[in-house]
Amino acid sequence: MFIVDYVKDVYGAMKSLLVGMNRTGYYFTHHKEIITEEYPDNRETLILPERFRGEVVMAHDENNEHACTGCSACELACPNGTIKIINKFDISPEGKKKKAIDTFVYHLELCTMCGLCVEACPTAAINMANTFEHSVFNRGQLTKRLNKPDSKLKAGVE
Amino acid sequence: MVEEIGKTAEGDLIINVGPQHPATHGVLHLIITLNGETIKKVEPHLGYIHRSIEKMCESLTYRQFIYTTSRMDYLSAHINNHACALTVEKGLGIEIPARAQVIRVLMDELTRIASHELWWGAMAMDLGAFTPFFHAFRERETINDIMEETCGARLTMNYMVPGGVMIDLHPNFQNRVKNFLTLYKRKIHEYDELVTGNIIFQNRMKGVGVLSKEAAISFGVTGPAARGSGVSCDVRKLYPYEIYNSLEFDEILETEGDSFARYMVRLREMNESIKIIEQLIDNIPEGDFQAKTKAVLKLPKGEYYQRVETARGELGVYIVSEGGTTPYRIKFRSPGFSNLSCLDHITRGGKIGDLIASMGTLDLVIPDIDR
Repeated sequence: MFIVDYVKDVYGAMKSLLVGMNRTGYYFTHHKEIITEEYPDNRETLILPERFRGEVVMAHDENNEHACTGCSACELACPNGTIKIINKFDISPEGKKKKAIDTFVYHLELCTMCGLCVEACPTAAINMANTFEHSVFNRGQLTKRLNKPDSKLKAGVE
Repeated sequence: MVEEIGKTAEGDLIINVGPQHPATHGVLHLIITLNGETIKKVEPHLGYIHRSIEKMCESLTYRQFIYTTSRMDYLSAHINNHACALTVEKGLGIEIPARAQVIRVLMDELTRIASHELWWGAMAMDLGAFTPFFHAFRERETINDIMEETCGARLTMNYMVPGGVMIDLHPNFQNRVKNFLTLYKRKIHEYDELVTGNIIFQNRMKGVGVLSKEAAISFGVTGPAARGSGVSCDVRKLYPYEIYNSLEFDEILETEGDSFARYMVRLREMNESIKIIEQLIDNIPEGDFQAKTKAVLKLPKGEYYQRVETARGELGVYIVSEGGTTPYRIKFRSPGFSNLSCLDHITRGGKIGDLIASMGTLDLVIPDIDR
């Protein structure tokens, strides 16, 4: 009986290996099943979903206007101290003082892309961009100013 | 012979596995005492990736601290966030909309499948088979794409917020998940053909790293590792949270307690997760995806505890609140730490070649152990 079991074991073992090899052979002959993407050669055709969180950006329209009132809600919501808002006071034509942002500092090197700042923003001034290739040669380049020079607050946004 | 085990004698060999070793999946450092090829003692050394997440959470508000838990067990980041969100909601006493609950459970189960798939590929790679890794990643990539489209990130989603989920489901979500289900069903037999049935794999797995039921309980092992020893410990069944008590699924139990039993539990658990997703994907209720909460969350003074079932076992979140905007103390009971503690027990007296097989089936994630 020992001989019978032994032969059975050997047969079962050989069969299990052949089943596995059959699967390997299947992919060897079916090239259409291969789903490799060749990054960075496919950069032109690479489409990321619009919700992908790459970095924080501030949208500006054609008149160089944004929707940021400088309320600092994003600064408070950020767990890492990524955002720093420096405010200034504009004098309106009527002679009233009005708070506005001077510089919106964004430290990309501290950001964990959690999206809490975008969630906290009451005027939807900032959003997450799709860019993800953030490597630079100098660390200083990662500290960004999000509001463009000479940009203004959009009319009607409080 | 019994007295000798656990003591260093003359002629013993002490070797270090890690902290930089491909088979430990991270910076785990094992000091192994060997007598020839037989293991006398395994001593894990921790702390190489300690980031003091618990202490860090004490200075973050209840909305902010959730993101740090994605960095603990990064393979089931969703479920970690879920546990934190549930604890905060328990403290606030808010009701979660039905739609948010279904979305959360769907995402949890997708994460569980993704985690088990990565484990399957990585464990086969530990044993020397490289191809299964790519097969596992093919299905896992589909799940990651779903996550990326709806949550905005692939691994550290930060999708759960106190009160619901951060953003509504993407319009493509249902179609994508259905495509994944068909792909999964078309491909799952390959897992058995390539690895499970393989005679070399079976010989390396069966009877290796045996963890008895009593030992599993006394070491505090949870999750698939304990269910392989016959311990019924599925939090989803025993202490149901969200809508798990209205879902039909089985708790997978094996009784052998060896590495192969733990392997089979995880493979069969993936099918249970598929079952849950199939029940929910066509029945997502309409409504809000987030309950109305205040801008600044303040938990009433007291202690709050909530446990959930992650892909690796039971995760407990314990919050002590003094009534302020930040927690006074947070403690995470992570499954990886307790599961690691039984490694010495199950490998002692075995061969060093089996150490990797036993460790692979425990499914350790090192940042989860250290926090």
